[in-house]
Amino acid sequence: MSQNSTSIDPATGAEIRSHEWDGIRELDNPLPRWWFWIFLICVVWSIGYWIAMPSWPLATTYLKGTLGWSQRANVAADIAALQESRRPIEQELMAANLDDIENDPDLFSFALASGRSAFKDNCAPCHGAGAQGAIGYPNLNDDDWLWGGTLADIEQTIQHGIRNASMDSRFSEMPAYLTLGTLDRAQVSDVTEYVLSLSGRAEDAQAAERGSSTFAEQCVTCHGEDGKGMRDQGAPNLTDSIWLYGGDRDSIFETIAKARNSSMPIWGERLPAPTVRALAVYVHSLGGGEKSTMNMEGAQ
Amino acid sequence: MDSRSATVAGPGDPGRADILASHGIEASDVEAVNAASRRSFYKKREKIYPKRVAGRFRLAKWVVMAVTLIVYYGTPWLRWDRGMGAPDQAVLIDFPGRRFYFFFIELWPQEVYYITGLLILAALSLFLITALAGRVWCGYTCPQTVWTDLFLVIERAIEGDRNSRIKLDRAQLSVSKFGKKIFKHSVFLLVALLTGGAWIFYFADAPSLAKQLVEFTAPMEAYIFMGVFAAFTYGLGAIAREQWCIYGCPWPRIQAALTDEDAMAITYRFDRGEPRGAHKKGESWDGRGDCVDCRQCVAACPMGVDIREGLQLECIQCALCIDACDAVMTKVGRPSGLIAYDTDVNIARRQRGEKTSFRLIRPRTIIYAVLLAVVGAVMLTALIKREDLDLSVLRDRNPTYTLLSSGEVRNGYTVKLLNKARLGRSFILTIDGLDGAELTGVGLRDDADGGLRVPVDGDELRSVRIFITLPRMAVTSESLPVRFVIHPDAEDDAVAVDSVFLGPKP
Repeated sequence: MSQNSTSIDPATGAEIRSHEWDGIRELDNPLPRWWFWIFLICVVWSIGYWIAMPSWPLATTYLKGTLGWSQRANVAADIAALQESRRPIEQELMAANLDDIENDPDLFSFALASGRSAFKDNCAPCHGAGAQGAIGYPNLNDDDWLWGGTLADIEQTIQHGIRNASMDSRFSEMPAYLTLGTLDRAQVSDVTEYVLSLSGRAEDAQAAERGSSTFAEQCVTCHGEDGKGMRDQGAPNLTDSIWLYGGDRDSIFETIAKARNSSMPIWGERLPAPTVRALAVYVHSLGGGEKSTMNMEGAQ
Repeated sequence: MDSRSATVAGPGDPGRADILASHGIEASDVEAVNAASRRSFYKKREKIYPKRVAGRFRLAKWVVMAVTLIVYYGTPWLRWDRGMGAPDQAVLIDFPGRRFYFFFIELWPQEVYYITGLLILAALSLFLITALAGRVWCGYTCPQTVWTDLFLVIERAIEGDRNSRIKLDRAQLSVSKFGKKIFKHSVFLLVALLTGGAWIFYFADAPSLAKQLVEFTAPMEAYIFMGVFAAFTYGLGAIAREQWCIYGCPWPRIQAALTDEDAMAITYRFDRGEPRGAHKKGESWDGRGDCVDCRQCVAACPMGVDIREGLQLECIQCALCIDACDAVMTKVGRPSGLIAYDTDVNIARRQRGEKTSFRLIRPRTIIYAVLLAVVGAVMLTALIKREDLDLSVLRDRNPTYTLLSSGEVRNGYTVKLLNKARLGRSFILTIDGLDGAELTGVGLRDDADGGLRVPVDGDELRSVRIFITLPRMAVTSESLPVRFVIHPDAEDDAVAVDSVFLGPKP
């Protein structure tokens, strides 16, 4: 019976509910009636909302609502409007002389911002979010460039890529000396020793001496007599402290034995030209960007 | 849906009447009006008709109401000259420009901690005043109270005081009644609209926005927000009134936890008032209390409660019952103060024949006061020391450092300069603490006197990329301290920020 399970709170006259937690009991006060009406109004409102706005999911589609509101369409419209608003400065970017971009603060900051976001979207998977690179993927912060570090060089590299199907792509191919049988294992080992000697790290002077003649026969065409590389060939400088595939003895041996010919996509096919240019400006700004020779002459 | 179903034996229990008839007792088919089976899940709102009172506290409330309303409606119209290119509105929250202007203070979004400090000060002030004198905020200054009071003034002016209003509500619908109601709600809506309108003036230049509003050329958002705020003002002040305080507001519950037995509260001094009862003029007051049970305290109460029941959740402590009771006590020739700011502790003391006293200085009030002073002092110091130039340095984390082909080590930094001055300035950025370091910046020129020249427009933030290059020999540790210093032109005070230069293990 209800009289056994409930009692009345003397202070408020409200019924005390039968349940209890740690000595705390609940008073059963009535809800204000207007609160209930607001609840009903919300129910009615929600029915109107179902009709007006997208609501119920169906098997393959959904109820679209009479107002035709769509978040997806709104975002698409916003993006289109954003792209439209960027068009003038993008045209300006394409019309500008590459070396003058830096001197136009508005254009420069637009290119940097646009390039940074495009980099994170497209380039970061290989080159890293901070363009720090990885084994086989160059660090773009340093001053060591395989194919040139001027704005024009970088734009060309991004536009057409490296070792791909494009006729305009950067291209060169290092032979796999051991795999192809051009050199035997001992010769490759000697050349490795010689290459180490270029950065002062050789341990066996005789082997390096032997390797030196093989290097002169096989490698100087691309890497140069002094081993400082050749940008037309994308041949790295072997005398500095930066190694794309690792600078230890084993890595260098493997490079010579099996060759390394990695590639980069034709970004010009995937990205609009202003984005490619903005990317070039951004990568150039990371610290290693080189001044074009024309500009240097002007400076002198 | 309304009533809970009960299984108790109802009055219609068959045969009951017949059985009782054997005794000659009559059985009635009646049920208690407050029977559990009849108790509703929902409570009907009982309309409150607060009666006008006069007295000290009413006067204090009029003054508080006038001041708060004048401050609220008037502030956006105050002007403050900040020179060319800056708004001349004294208090302005400029969302598009991302600035908050308050007289001589101009805050940037990254200085929102001032607002946090202000909120902390407000919270501590509330704690302190609540510990001292209970729900002073609710009773005097809460917008809900002030606007409800304002709407009651209008209601009284149109429909008369308590009795006329009750009479009007009970009367049959007539042209006169209909007219009064329509008129009243029109004035309510007008006040609500002005209130909502005043709020949006804090977010835009008030005179020009007012002109646009009248000419219907203001942006749609202005009308929408004005309408939203007007709807809330009307709904809360004209319709919901005490319902909001009882059911909607969390503050009464929090305040209950902030008071203690020493906090002053509006108290019915039952030790003096009881036993209560009607008193005829000329009769003796011996053997009875001073309360004549006129219920003027209940009639005056905007919350419709009886203060003689003691402190209760619904009581906002507006003190109007004190004024109502004092007027009655004066008339019947008894001392005033039967209802007054007092504590239950004092009542107990009086009953024991001890002297009463208020313990205003107690651990909790001391703690609140000290905290208030400390936070206030910290904020004031921060505000006084606030510079019109700010510098922040973010070292690149990815990569932490770059090895150059020459073997040199380079670190990249993003340096942000906030020029809070009106005019554009050209700063010189230098570094301290690294010997033989080369400082370069993207798109920046070297200054003739050393360092990099960084021009920043007035009232702007400029973010620049800075590189520091060190010879390998100079990298004597994996982490070297470096200090970035920014020198404003023609000013001595430089701003410095410490950072580090990272490199490979030496």
